[in-house]
Amino acid sequence: MDFYNEMFDANGGVRAHYKGYENWLKETPHERIARKRAEADLAFHRVGITFAVYGEEAGKERLIPFDVIPRIIPSTEWKSLRSGLRQRVKALNMFLHDVYHDQEILKAGKIPAEQIINNAQFRPEMMGVDLPGQVYAHIAGVDIVRAGEGEFYVLEDNLRVPSGVSYMLEDRKMMMRLFPELFARHKVAPVQHYPDMLLEKLRAVAPKGVSDPTVVVLTPGAYNSAYFEHTFLAQQMGVELVEGRDLFVKDEVVYMRTTQGPRRVDVIYRRLDDDYMDPLAFRADSSLGVPGILKAYQAGNVTLSNAIGTGVADDKSIYPYVPDMIRFYLGEEPTLNNVPTYMCRKPDDLKYVLDNLAKLVVKEVHGAGGYGMLVGPASTKEQIEHFRQLLIAKPDGYIAQPTLALSNCPTFVEEGIAPRHLDLRPFVLSSGDCVDMVPGGLTRVALTKGSLVVNSSQGGGTKDTWVLED
Amino acid sequence: MLSRTADHLFWMSRYIERAENLARLLDVTWQMSLVPQSLDAINQSWAAIIALNSLEESFAAKYSTVNGENVLKFMVSDSDNFASIHSCLRLARENAHAVRGTLTTEMWETLNCTWLEAREKSFDQLFNAGIGEYFEWVKMRSSLTRGTTLGTLLQDDAYQFIRLGTLLERADNTARILDVKYHVLRPNGDEGATDFYEWGALLRSVSAFEVYRKVYRDVITPERVAELLIFNRDMPRSLHFCLNSVAKILDLIANSNSGETQRQGGMLNAQLRYGRIEDILEHGLHEWLTDFMDRIYLLGNGISKDFLMPMDQAA
Repeated sequence: MDFYNEMFDANGGVRAHYKGYENWLKETPHERIARKRAEADLAFHRVGITFAVYGEEAGKERLIPFDVIPRIIPSTEWKSLRSGLRQRVKALNMFLHDVYHDQEILKAGKIPAEQIINNAQFRPEMMGVDLPGQVYAHIAGVDIVRAGEGEFYVLEDNLRVPSGVSYMLEDRKMMMRLFPELFARHKVAPVQHYPDMLLEKLRAVAPKGVSDPTVVVLTPGAYNSAYFEHTFLAQQMGVELVEGRDLFVKDEVVYMRTTQGPRRVDVIYRRLDDDYMDPLAFRADSSLGVPGILKAYQAGNVTLSNAIGTGVADDKSIYPYVPDMIRFYLGEEPTLNNVPTYMCRKPDDLKYVLDNLAKLVVKEVHGAGGYGMLVGPASTKEQIEHFRQLLIAKPDGYIAQPTLALSNCPTFVEEGIAPRHLDLRPFVLSSGDCVDMVPGGLTRVALTKGSLVVNSSQGGGTKDTWVLED
Repeated sequence: MLSRTADHLFWMSRYIERAENLARLLDVTWQMSLVPQSLDAINQSWAAIIALNSLEESFAAKYSTVNGENVLKFMVSDSDNFASIHSCLRLARENAHAVRGTLTTEMWETLNCTWLEAREKSFDQLFNAGIGEYFEWVKMRSSLTRGTTLGTLLQDDAYQFIRLGTLLERADNTARILDVKYHVLRPNGDEGATDFYEWGALLRSVSAFEVYRKVYRDVITPERVAELLIFNRDMPRSLHFCLNSVAKILDLIANSNSGETQRQGGMLNAQLRYGRIEDILEHGLHEWLTDFMDRIYLLGNGISKDFLMPMDQAA
């Protein structure tokens, strides 16, 4: 398979937007870069920018490897990505509003109704609930990969609790600290205003009639894998970081317990899945949530961000319908491509998938984080056979997609600099009609040679992402 | 601020202060044990440390005899003992971790590094290198934590709860050190000759040796040592200094439920402001200190109830 290289063209020439960087890389002694890399590792450790890995020793924290070669996106390419993202996220929010109200798209026969109603992520509790600005996914972390010149695909929409934005910000801070001269040579679009933008959006979706809303970040606690990010965002926005036990509901109003007595809370940026939010409404065994918060939410006394029930729009079984949503709600052709998807619940698709397992990527419909997936070309016979049994046993639990030729980018690895595959997660913020994002996003890179799985839980690293201004 | 955040900050500073005071107490006991005296007397002073912390049972479960090395091992680096210096440093770090967004980077890194370094030290290494050096290290890390707090943290409610934790813990510990040492040094309260070195060590354990000289410009007497540690308003480790600051902070952070706690804090402070050492000694120092520690404990409970773990009451 031929892969698109972000830095070099097919003839080995340096792409125009990488020329400046490549010159710098050639003239800079590698000892200096090696020293800087060690400095970065040390700094990340001391500050404690770590994440916990599930399944490893409890409480163990690991660094996400940081690569000092940036991923550079020229401004024209970014503009087209940005308009595609705006279009897509707008349509997804309209879809969510529709699904929880009149369900026009189901009546029009664009999506089979049972796909929605029987979906575990569909929340009947949300039917008829009106949200400020009709926005459900205030924060979306859309995963995009490139397969060729101008050829971008959306892999996943991530409308529940997407994470990673703190790495985007910390990576930039680190690059500017390690190699300030690079930023003097390039016009790199800034990203550090993300927390401001997020706070502005969260304030904009406060319940009606609240002029100076109190915003908080809700975390599952210090042992969550993304705890660093939760503290980081709360600190950067200057709002309280709360746990479920810090909140309580009285007369359908949410309060936090403060040293000056109860204080009303208006907007909750929650980093907790729907299931755990309210033991009275969802999982009764959840000690992380707030009893009664769903009622307060339904009454319109508090805004949850993202809304309850967004999972029905980023579910892998709904993903194939996103292009139709764009056509249906916006009357436009989609700018960003969807990856062709085989839905194993359909007998024809299942047969094709079973016959071509070695070529395909198979994913669990409800999976996330790179857990529970099969990358056919990179798997052993045993692994493929294992998935065949899983598929036969529960076909509607899986989808399959052709293995994309993910682009790669030069990356520091043990043997020197070598190409490694990467993706891009821009963070798209919505309030009302306004859909916004900082230029770029988080670039994740698969550090294992040939690997197409970039998730940090699977040993992926990150790179600073530069959008060059004209 | 969030009650839980205040709670973590309060305990973070209590634990680091506790580690420091424990280091001070163990250090002075260690130094006194080097002065020629009977083995019984030495072991008695070690046993007093265990008794002071009400750890007789858990100590006896691990060690058959009370002696310097066993008590040091138990109180310095035993991770099963929740009152050991090792545990205090771990708990200080854990509380800091839970609210690291509220701390400045410098504070978090100081507490985190303290724990990471403490974890690396085995008791045998510490003991062989000279245990005094370790006590110095603990004191220095505690000072560093206080210093970064003072030098970097916004002086809002978060700062006040950190100070409150430090001061309450310190008052309790100064009272304990005085209680246990005073009666070891003057078992019968008689007026016999006082040992300059032993009283000097006690003063040094609360960094008050030079202070004593400055304040009294005279020989060291037990009555004045007690007076200095209880009543001097300007010495940072005296009871009066601590309670004076506690009362001021309680006024600053007051809420609609905290009236009774403020009253108790103010009353304790008033007793220290207007009391006399002669009256205390007449009624018995030990009784007075026991009562004082009880009231400090109640004050801590009041603070916890009013600010750190309030019941659900919507305004």
